[in-house]
Amino acid sequence: MREVCDLVVVGAGPGGLAAACRAAEAGLDVLVLDAQPEPGGQVWRGEARQGSNRLARRWLTRFSASGARFRPGARVIAAPEPGVLLVEEGPSSFAVRYGRAVLATGARERFLPFPGWTLPGVLGVSGLQVLVKDGLPIRGKRVVLAGTGPLLLAAAATIHSHGGEVLYIAEQASAASHWGFALQLWRQPAKLLQGALMSAKLVSVPTSTDAWVTAAEGERRLEAVRLSVRGREEHLHCDYLGAAYGLVPNLEVARLLSCETSAGAVVVDDRLETRVPKVHAVGELLGIGGVDQALVTGELAGLVAAEQPVPLELERSWHRVRTFAAQLARHDAPRAELLRLATPDTLLCRCEDVPMSALEGCQNLREARLYARLGMGACQGRTCGTAAQTLFGWTGEDVRPPCLPARIGSLRIPSDVSSTPTRES
Amino acid sequence: MREPAPKKASVVTLRINGREVTVPVGTSVAAALAMTDSFVSRADLSGRPRGPLCGMGVCFECRATIDGVPEVLMCLTPCREDQTVVTDA
Repeated sequence: MREVCDLVVVGAGPGGLAAACRAAEAGLDVLVLDAQPEPGGQVWRGEARQGSNRLARRWLTRFSASGARFRPGARVIAAPEPGVLLVEEGPSSFAVRYGRAVLATGARERFLPFPGWTLPGVLGVSGLQVLVKDGLPIRGKRVVLAGTGPLLLAAAATIHSHGGEVLYIAEQASAASHWGFALQLWRQPAKLLQGALMSAKLVSVPTSTDAWVTAAEGERRLEAVRLSVRGREEHLHCDYLGAAYGLVPNLEVARLLSCETSAGAVVVDDRLETRVPKVHAVGELLGIGGVDQALVTGELAGLVAAEQPVPLELERSWHRVRTFAAQLARHDAPRAELLRLATPDTLLCRCEDVPMSALEGCQNLREARLYARLGMGACQGRTCGTAAQTLFGWTGEDVRPPCLPARIGSLRIPSDVSSTPTRES
Repeated sequence: MREPAPKKASVVTLRINGREVTVPVGTSVAAALAMTDSFVSRADLSGRPRGPLCGMGVCFECRATIDGVPEVLMCLTPCREDQTVVTDA
């Protein structure tokens, strides 16, 4: 099976939707791929079903009227030649031949290992939030959240509004850094308002800066957590723990397409084109910047792809959101104490059960893979690779196809798609 | 926050490890797993329990056999009527 399009957009979060809308409205044949069953990405998860977010509603409505085609449950697994993607969709697969591509693959949470982090009931901060949005029963459950930045409050607000009892919010940033960051937010009116709304709902929840989780405890699932709060220890019984430290871009598809990356972000020019011609990158791939950055850069890339003029306000907005992104990166940088929580027995790679002690003597990610099987399991290092980079400064190796576990048949290029003659097997 | 509007067919019933679970339409399988006795999606190499972690299709902790298809991520799969979910835990 195959698809042909002028523009393929990988990821249907705000950045992908904005790009798809602009390009399709200008007349391009646009195909949008996303691994989720609905458009909206992580930040607008569930909004396609039960919209309470007006911005999400506006973009999702615009998207369904734009003429862009949407393939849910579609995961890019390989890019065998320029202009071709191989995609797995449930039990079947297909190839996409495209003229241009916009990569809008968003971000994932940064997990750092600590004793007990593999217990059921310990999730990411946004991980727990999306499961609650997806129907996880949280009413009356006791929840502790530990992490950093605006996501922590967003998760707390969702859990609170679904009837969960948020026992504690531990913000790892120092008080000075945190309040300095908060004071900067007034320059960003939309974000300030969001922050104020969240805080108003959560005034009764104990919150501390200079606070983080040191251990999760339980037999078959989470029963309690230990926190370090400004130098003293707290012990809390709870049902769920959300613990993660900010976001990192999902660079796998960009790397698969050989896009250059620098300092953990995709390198683009002022047309948001990567070093690979006709491939653009938007949103979190440019460095974590949230919904505003995703929408602005998505619109820009969509207009560029459709060879439309770019309004000056959009250019100006992009520079404004970049400033916010830089402040966020400083605020969310994990503090040194977080890098020393894991004991020798603590697993770093959850797929292959590789404990910290197995990495003694390893100098880089390659050695850790070869000698200890770090990152060799189902998630292909998406979780432990990011942790190892934060803990040891090891940077990721090249991404090789398939970039996700895939069936062997999905890797065959249909003969009517390839531009070069292939031998039939 | 506004409560969601009532739906027409508002619930679906699926089986997770042989147990019937009835959930609102739109619930993901990973979220429905929390309605069983345990929130366990698999066992690690030493037999210790694991549950969903990332909720976003990144960590693969919530992989299960769904309607006979192995290695499907529960967090990216909506619950459907008569769906059969088998975890390896």
